[in-house]
Amino acid sequence: MLSAYEISISYGNRDVVRGVSFDLRERRIIALIGPNGAGKTTLIKALNGTVPVSNGSIDLDGRRLDSYSRREIAQRIAVVAQENETKFPVTVLEYVLAGRFASGSAFGWESESDISIANEAISKCDLVKFGGRLMNELSGGERQRVVLARALATNARILLLDEPTANLDLEHQAMMFRLVRERCQTCRAAAMVITHDLNLAAEFADEVILLKNGQMFSYGGPEDVLTERNLNEVYNVQVLLDENPASGKVRVTTIF
Amino acid sequence: MLIVALAATLAAGISVGSERLSLFDLTESQRAILFDIRLPRVLLGACVGASLAIAGAALQALLRNPLAEPYLLGVSNGAALGTMLAFVFFEGSSFARPILAFAGAGVATFAVYQMARSRTGMNVERLVLSGVIVTTFLSSIIVLLTSVLEAAKLRGFTFWLLGDLSQATYEGFYLTFAAATVGTIVLSSQARALNLMMIGERDALDFGVEVGRVRLIIFGLASLLVGTAVAASGSVGYVGLIVPHLVRLAIGSDNRMVVPLSAFAGAIFVVLADTVARTAISPRELPVGAITALVGAPVFIYLLRRN
Repeated sequence: MLSAYEISISYGNRDVVRGVSFDLRERRIIALIGPNGAGKTTLIKALNGTVPVSNGSIDLDGRRLDSYSRREIAQRIAVVAQENETKFPVTVLEYVLAGRFASGSAFGWESESDISIANEAISKCDLVKFGGRLMNELSGGERQRVVLARALATNARILLLDEPTANLDLEHQAMMFRLVRERCQTCRAAAMVITHDLNLAAEFADEVILLKNGQMFSYGGPEDVLTERNLNEVYNVQVLLDENPASGKVRVTTIF
Repeated sequence: MLIVALAATLAAGISVGSERLSLFDLTESQRAILFDIRLPRVLLGACVGASLAIAGAALQALLRNPLAEPYLLGVSNGAALGTMLAFVFFEGSSFARPILAFAGAGVATFAVYQMARSRTGMNVERLVLSGVIVTTFLSSIIVLLTSVLEAAKLRGFTFWLLGDLSQATYEGFYLTFAAATVGTIVLSSQARALNLMMIGERDALDFGVEVGRVRLIIFGLASLLVGTAVAASGSVGYVGLIVPHLVRLAIGSDNRMVVPLSAFAGAIFVVLADTVARTAISPRELPVGAITALVGAPVFIYLLRRN
């Protein structure tokens, strides 16, 4: 659905991402991991065309990404980014309805179906009681869930998530990944998730990309990427690897 | 409801004044006062109010800042300088005035936007400060120009700079009416995109807004609205700040409502302020801009503190 071929991205004359290639396929979740400043967020921005690539190319559903309009991209790709505070009184429902922008007419009002799709997303994200509340009255974690609800409300088939669980409690971390997984299964969608939680990556991702200094250090299944050698070399810490007794997936413990 | 309120305000505006008019049963000279002086003045006031209010509402959403205001951002001063140049070089021709005012507003808008923008985005302090810098810079040019102008050309100019509707003509009204109508329609058509821009520029891009195009439309229209308003009536300040703020308090932030309602509320506000300006120390007059600033400055301080 979304493929990158040898893409590089630079800010000024500094290369932030160099020669990254991958293929995001239907029903798959790719976890994007790496230290701070490795280029993860920049890569995600390039994948929906909001940051230009300096080299290489990105294909979306078989066509070059730069041949799409912003609206067409938004119909296909939804983003969950770090929420930024707004100084205006915007309600949770209004915020989620913004996700319907690309599907409806740009000028008019939302249709009944837009509103019911938004409400469904709100209830999926456990936000029903917040529907009429203002965004700036919510806690960081609650707002984060609203941002997810907005992305789900787009009905886009590709989800790009930038640290979606950063502010979430355990229950809602699991909810977040369950919803993303469910979307991938039932709607033939796919997701790419930036996370610092290696165990969440191991648990939920089908593939993992490990970035270091803008380059792909390792790319493959969780058990191939999350190895002692890789993690030690990229993060410069000692880790202990074993098997999660509940899921059988690889489990990472940092040794301090 | 706002339409009724606007009609009532307009009616009050034409009947109240240094000479009270009953609206019905008029003498010949009263008819002249009504149709040649009061009516164009009240109509122009309404259009200027609507123009400034929607320009403010749109700039606030675009810049994600409830403190953005044409007067405070220096846009009005840009238009004032443009108008002044029209006086100096084209004898204040009714063509050159709005065109140069529009150009001046556009240049000022662009300058403030470029200055307020940094790599990390735009913050309140930077925006307000850029507005102050552009405003004072333009003010100093205006002062320089006034000091080299002949006394005859200068008459009424200082009054006009503060915002003054006493020179109202039907010609000025037609032009501002056209601008306010086009502005309200086009800005309303962009309101859904503005709702997303208000949340964040990145959000707007992610969710399908052609941000560059919307920004160009809003800056262009705001310059047009402010340009025509200032060319006709000088810099009436704070209308674009107070009116959208009150509208948002009443009905929330959805720009599809905020923009058209601000147009009506802005019209009412300026006509009321002008009625006060005409009658407070009657038979002498105050500039309407003095009244709007008297109300607006405290509101601005309140908003700044709350931020």
